[in-house]
Amino acid sequence: MTIPYRPLVLGFAAIAFSLVLLQRAQAGGSHFFAPVADPVVREECGSCHMPFAASMLPADSWQRMMGNLKDHFGDDASVDAETARRITGYLVANAADTGGRRYSDKLLRGVAMNNAPLRITELPKWVREHRKVADWEWKHKDVRTRANCAACHRDAERGYYDE
Amino acid sequence: MLLTTPILAGPREDLLAQYATAAKAAASAFSGFSAARGKTLHTQAFVGGKPDTPACTSCHGQDPRSAGRSLAGKVIDPVAVSVSPSRYADPAKVEKWFKRNCNEVLGRECATQEKGDWLTYMFSQ
Ligand code: HEC
Ligand code: HEC
Ligand code: HEC
Repeated sequence: MTIPYRPLVLGFAAIAFSLVLLQRAQAGGSHFFAPVADPVVREECGSCHMPFAASMLPADSWQRMMGNLKDHFGDDASVDAETARRITGYLVANAADTGGRRYSDKLLRGVAMNNAPLRITELPKWVREHRKVADWEWKHKDVRTRANCAACHRDAERGYYDE
Repeated sequence: MLLTTPILAGPREDLLAQYATAAKAAASAFSGFSAARGKTLHTQAFVGGKPDTPACTSCHGQDPRSAGRSLAGKVIDPVAVSVSPSRYADPAKVEKWFKRNCNEVLGRECATQEKGDWLTYMFSQ
């Protein structure tokens, strides 16, 4: 009796290979940004827009943003001091130039670290990636604003930005 | 016997009762909240707030039983209790959003009476 080990081995090899690919896509690729894991941050920073990944901005930016939630792009996003401390801690620890570095990849290229940008949508790399998106697309009623990532990137909430 | 009242009173009802006490303290003529006034508050267009959000319905939509949408495009679950039964259970959350949203729409904080009316409307929906 011959054991059909060959297909089995090949099968395992295929699985192992796709695991490697998956890991690359999740850890090294420029299209994956780990979604916010902290439930408090998801709740407080995810009710008006999707919770933006901490790894999309450097720590200084988060610090600056958290310092003035009362006037947050014209909205009042303020929270109590205790909650603010927790949110700041999470964002700073997972920022593009700290714990989230492996995701941020090239997103911070050309960003002067000392001027702490507040908008992901104004990072030079982001602007370059979106330069082919037409005017009418930005104005579409389901998009409304550049910050509405999920309108175009269906899996944005899960961290994926391929198109 | 002992069980009859507590069955009706959840955190939501407690909050409304607190608003009623405060509204009475603020104006002795207070004679209860009104879902009809709440509906007016919800749908009326104001001029005191931000131009792009003249009414509660700018984000929450015309029909409280349907989902709304924030300016940044995020879907907001319906505000009517019949379709979103888990709402208004956390008084701190309710207060936080009344403060933000009333400022945004009316350009001032809402009075206790207005909050109670609005909630009464949503409880009835
Ligand atoms: C009350 C609503 C509200 C809350 C709560 C809120 N935001 Fe915002 N946020 C906005 C608005 C409005 C904008 C501007 C969107 C636009 O330009 O269309 C914005 C924009 C942003 C941007 C820039 C997006 C871009 O253009 O690149 C970031 C980053 C951001 N918010 C992070 C946060 C964080 C972190 C929190 C939690 C502390 C938070 N937001 C909570 C309303 C809110
Ligand atoms: C109007 C639709 C639209 C919106 C809104 C939008 N994007 Fe994009 N994005 C695109 C398109 C289209 C591409 C692909 C561009 C290309 O390949 O030339 C893209 C590419 C990207 C890429 C590069 C991925 C890749 O495959 O190269 C990233 C990262 C990204 N977007 C992040 C974001 C983030 C973060 C937001 C929200 C702050 C956002 N996008 C909002 C349409 C959009
Ligand atoms: C700019 C958009 C916007 C406008 C305008 C707006 N809301 Fe809201 N509202 C939100 C968002 C976003 C939330 C939080 C998300 C959620 O609870 O699903 C919210 C939540 C609430 C909550 C808390 C609900 C809960 O479950 O505890 C109340 C109460 C509320 N809004 C009342 C109002 C009233 C009253 C008005 C009009 C005076 C109004 N809102 C106008 C965006 C808006």
